[in-house]
Amino acid sequence: MQKDTRARLIKDGAIWGFIVLELIFFSVAGHFLSLSENAFMDLENMLLLLKQSAPIGIIALGMTMVMINGNIDLSVGAIFALSAVVMLDSMGWAVFAPLGDWVIPISWALALLTGMALGAINGLIVWKTGVDAFIVTLGSMLGFRGLVFMYNGEQPTFHLNWTMVDMAQASVFGLQTPSLVLIACTAIVWWILNKTIHGRNVYAVGDNREAAVNAGIRVGPHMMINFVIIGFLAALSSVVFYSASGSVNPNDGMLYELWVITAVVLGGTKLTGGKGSVIATFGGVIAIQLLRKGLGHIGADTAMVSLVIGSILIVVLYLDKQLNRKGAEDLKL
Amino acid sequence: MTDQDRKPALRLEGIVKTFPGVRALDGVSLSVMPGEVHALMGENGAGKSTLMKVLGGLHQPNEGRIFIGDEPVVMGSPMDAKAKGVVFIHQELSLAEELSVAENIYLGQLPRKSFGRVDWTRLHADSDAILKRLNCGFGSGAIVGELSIANMQMVEIARALTVDAKAVIFDEPTASLTDAEKVVLFEVIADLRKQGVGIVYISHRMEEIFRISDRISVLRDGAYRGTLKTAETDEDEVTRLMIGRSLDLSRNAEHVELGDVALEVRGLSCGKLFHDVSFDLRAGEVLGFYGLVGAGRTEIAETLFGLRTPTAGKILLKGREVTIHSPMDAIAHGLSLVPEDRKSQGLILGMNCRDNITLPQVDDLTAGPFVSDGAEIAIFDQYRDRLDIKTPSWRQLVGNLSGGNQQKIVIGKWLSMRPEVLIVDEPTRGIDVGSKSEIHNLIRELAKSGYAVIVISSEMPEVLRVSDRVAAMYSGKLMRIFTADEVTEDNLVQAISGLSENSRVA
Repeated sequence: MQKDTRARLIKDGAIWGFIVLELIFFSVAGHFLSLSENAFMDLENMLLLLKQSAPIGIIALGMTMVMINGNIDLSVGAIFALSAVVMLDSMGWAVFAPLGDWVIPISWALALLTGMALGAINGLIVWKTGVDAFIVTLGSMLGFRGLVFMYNGEQPTFHLNWTMVDMAQASVFGLQTPSLVLIACTAIVWWILNKTIHGRNVYAVGDNREAAVNAGIRVGPHMMINFVIIGFLAALSSVVFYSASGSVNPNDGMLYELWVITAVVLGGTKLTGGKGSVIATFGGVIAIQLLRKGLGHIGADTAMVSLVIGSILIVVLYLDKQLNRKGAEDLKL
Repeated sequence: MTDQDRKPALRLEGIVKTFPGVRALDGVSLSVMPGEVHALMGENGAGKSTLMKVLGGLHQPNEGRIFIGDEPVVMGSPMDAKAKGVVFIHQELSLAEELSVAENIYLGQLPRKSFGRVDWTRLHADSDAILKRLNCGFGSGAIVGELSIANMQMVEIARALTVDAKAVIFDEPTASLTDAEKVVLFEVIADLRKQGVGIVYISHRMEEIFRISDRISVLRDGAYRGTLKTAETDEDEVTRLMIGRSLDLSRNAEHVELGDVALEVRGLSCGKLFHDVSFDLRAGEVLGFYGLVGAGRTEIAETLFGLRTPTAGKILLKGREVTIHSPMDAIAHGLSLVPEDRKSQGLILGMNCRDNITLPQVDDLTAGPFVSDGAEIAIFDQYRDRLDIKTPSWRQLVGNLSGGNQQKIVIGKWLSMRPEVLIVDEPTRGIDVGSKSEIHNLIRELAKSGYAVIVISSEMPEVLRVSDRVAAMYSGKLMRIFTADEVTEDNLVQAISGLSENSRVA
């Protein structure tokens, strides 16, 4: 039993070990290869890294819930873009003109509502049709992206409001708004997953859906709530990001779903559901951002970054499988 | 036990349930008295599980009423049924393995604090109290996935004790329990019944039914066939009610001319799964492997078939030592395995009968670059006739066949590979009583025609019926090999429970 607990700890802590490894590698390699004078592990650089992790990170928290639940949501990138379009466009609507800067919270609320509504659509279809979430959200990924293009064609949607930019770039103890939102959301989602009944049911449904049905958990509405939550978080991520930049291209957020899923899987959440943790997902997000940044630091281009992250993902999952094998007693494939 | 003046705890009246094209339940009535153990029997497909689903709120009946006490009730959902005091213990483990024992016991009804938080203190206190009542050797904080199968079953049973139950339905609860754990289960049942709970007990195992039940109700083809008082009936009468005729439950008495030794196993071990297993098998002989679930029987078969790597020991086929690295090696050496789980390991349900039978050798059945249809159909025809497979044509998808015919397809598939040693794991699991004896006869005939056969089974009557010799396994060890003459139910049960080592069984 004791050995089991230790093995569990090692496995749950693996992502942090990986992060430490990355930090050491990039610090040492950066020393020889980097063109810049700054050390990699500079405090400012790390704070910037946390801020840059936020857009993917906030969505990844929701994805963790959805994946523990045994589903997946491929439409987060499109929800991200569509929420931004709604937010930035609504700020210019004539109805809101007399409000002055009070339009900001209204636009934020509209964007978040958009995300929740889109999530609810996903959830409702999964619930009512029983079609696999992979297919449903693959469809909605294309559909929602279509809506983004219908809004403004190929043109970017933009609205610059300096008050909003200031709010988005405010900082406490050097942590900028996006970092703060990411940390707060991590804490809240952790609390939901570990302390609330809904959260524990997320695990139960993902682990054994039939058992959950037998136990009287209303699985359909339950899953829909999680899709609403991930929709909300995708929109929140978008609000945080576009409040600062003020301009969204119709292609923004593409491939976000893949980065998000990569982070969640690196964090150890099972693709089949039932197991996972937001803290580890947070680690996964940081690990990926570290890789992107670190490889840039030592002079690799973006193509190289994708190649490396892809390879690492496969190696990590292979190692995980090996760790879970029972050795010689195991059934051969 | 069944006083006429007492009111039933649970009563079903004229339940009819139809699915498109099928009348799954046809006016079934059943009443369970408080403090009564009411056994429900029937072949697979007789409608037991549909009836239980109606009772559990998973299906709504088309006609008929359900009463709890005097009140007619409508079961809207499983939750509803549980709230009304009807609790299910499912046959297949219905647990979330990554969660703790406590969370599983109270799955779907975790105690609630403000803001939808879980009340962990109450959850663990309540769960521990229940586990204590069941004499479980584990705490409520243990992760279910790390428990043994039998302990998982105890968690399942613990769920029944979370509510003030009026009726508890046990669906094949002993399928994975050891004898020691069965005793605990029967104590729990006795305890429940003292509290005036009505119990519905579904099982195929006659000896259990006769041990604990007060009355037996039988279903056949979705229709209610009658209720017998256990004290006034016998196995034969129940069987006749179930399948409409008597069943040949005799022991294997024939002695076949044995051929040469086909398979010798010497000191075979595989990690902790089993160790130091040695036996011989002659052509024309059926060797039965009997033991509890987890005793290592299936693992031996899998090792012989090259699915596991042995850690020690030798395998000799016809006197020559062989190493078997993969199922392909095994097949080439003349070994075949009819696996335990027909549907997931033995067949491709979405493929037709012919393709399933020729699957292992389809590489060789070619006409130029293409698969030779004619050769495939010839093989199919041959085994359909030989094994008497009932199917409208080779085009039929095997998923649509009955369990018995599916099993024959698997057997046919391996016979067509011309093996010398045939290993059959749980040949009649999930097959109804009528087809069972057909499969048994088939196995006897195969032995007679010169195959060396190993039969692994958890059912004692089956082992006794087909085997020339019986190997008893306990906890990874081969305890003893009995000949058909010396084996009795008593000494066999003793051998598989490890005699004095009973307490070690987990």
